[in-house]
Amino acid sequence: MDKNEYKKYAKKTAAKSPVLKDCVIAFLVGGGICCIGQAFSSLYSYVGLGDDTVTTFVPITMIFLGGLFTVLGLYEKLAKYAGAGTIIPITGFANSIVSPAIEYKTEGLILGVGAKMFVIAGPVIVYGTLASVIYGLIYYFFGGAV
Amino acid sequence: MRRIFKFSNVKVMVGAAIAGTKEGEGPLSANFDVIEHDAYFGQKSWELAEGELQSQTASLALQKASLNSEDVDIVICGDLEDQCFASSKGAMRSASSMLGIYGACSTMSEALLVSSMAISGGFAKRVMSLTSSHFCAAEKQFRFPLEYGAQRPQTSQWTVTASGAIILEHGEEENGVYITRGMIGKPIEMGITDANNMSAAMAPAAKDTICEFLKLSGESPENYDLILTGDLGKEGSRLMKELATEEGVDLSGVHNDCGLMIYDTERQDVHSGGSGCGCSASVVASHILNEMKSGRLKRILYVATGALLSATSALQGQPITGIAHLVEMEVR
Repeated sequence: MDKNEYKKYAKKTAAKSPVLKDCVIAFLVGGGICCIGQAFSSLYSYVGLGDDTVTTFVPITMIFLGGLFTVLGLYEKLAKYAGAGTIIPITGFANSIVSPAIEYKTEGLILGVGAKMFVIAGPVIVYGTLASVIYGLIYYFFGGAV
Repeated sequence: MRRIFKFSNVKVMVGAAIAGTKEGEGPLSANFDVIEHDAYFGQKSWELAEGELQSQTASLALQKASLNSEDVDIVICGDLEDQCFASSKGAMRSASSMLGIYGACSTMSEALLVSSMAISGGFAKRVMSLTSSHFCAAEKQFRFPLEYGAQRPQTSQWTVTASGAIILEHGEEENGVYITRGMIGKPIEMGITDANNMSAAMAPAAKDTICEFLKLSGESPENYDLILTGDLGKEGSRLMKELATEEGVDLSGVHNDCGLMIYDTERQDVHSGGSGCGCSASVVASHILNEMKSGRLKRILYVATGALLSATSALQGQPITGIAHLVEMEVR
């Protein structure tokens, strides 16, 4: 087998992840996390908070819970089964920031926690911001016409 | 040029192995000298934990051999951490002189080769080969933080938390386990870039070393009780045997792999199997030496395999070079 054949063969015959099962669990867990978020939203509305306050409080609550479950070592255990279901919701974003903060504590507060905290979430912030700028420009120039 | 090194009077004096909790729950549990449940080994960081693990293993080997550090001429050691940090910490208490080496998961057979050369060449009377790996230190360096929620692909391997030490000495005619021959591996790159399938990068190197050794020595697989690779896991073992079959060498009856032996791959959720410098080191320094001393294994080839990548080379999408070093061990 030459290099190209081997590369293709190794890839073709490699053990595959159970994609259908992974998708179903991701859907259920991801959906479950969103339902919890919705429950908080309804609760905050019920106790009489205004719409603006509710849309601020719900992400704060979910980010707190994501961070808390990461610290308790439970988020990673759930993510092993849920995959994208735990990565996509905002709790996953919290997990991606809290987990390196814990890991790099040993390198100190500045170059450890401070610098490494965004090692996973950094690209999301950079390209999220970039995408919002592009969206903003499109909206600015064509928004009125649409 | 590939050549076989013939060693004379290289005797295995003693082996010692310390393993972590997960390894202690595996099928080889009873063989390890110590199973440590504190993943930090009483230290403040994963890096220091691995250093302590290696240090304790070296001390244990000296203690089992009733030696002190001055009685061992060279400690040849390695690990997976950047610049072999765990080894420099680990050898502190037990080495009067130290050589640090890097061969990724192939480090133990590399260490045994260099140790055997030193003894057979008359440069040293006693040499310790010592390697370690630590799951948490390796995850931090090569993958994601421990608490980050990510799924592992089926081809990935689980870095073993364990360390193995083998003390070799110049032995004359006494009975015992001897390292009789060896072959240095050839670096082989077959275009595999997936750091989650390192065994596919190592399998061609393992096949190459084994087949070259058999060809040059005129031996056949049946002449051995065991041809033991280090850390090919399920994926790599399958690929390696398929590649060997293509060359007309049937290894199916005689091959086993340390990455498959150290865990129960069905029950322990390690996907393709174990890996890391400490994997084959702890298996050989405990289980395999026990089997040889009890006479259940008489003649084996130990071929540890390494995936020579770095965290940076993986990010750059560079193909992974594989290597496999071989030592022949025999009961006399």
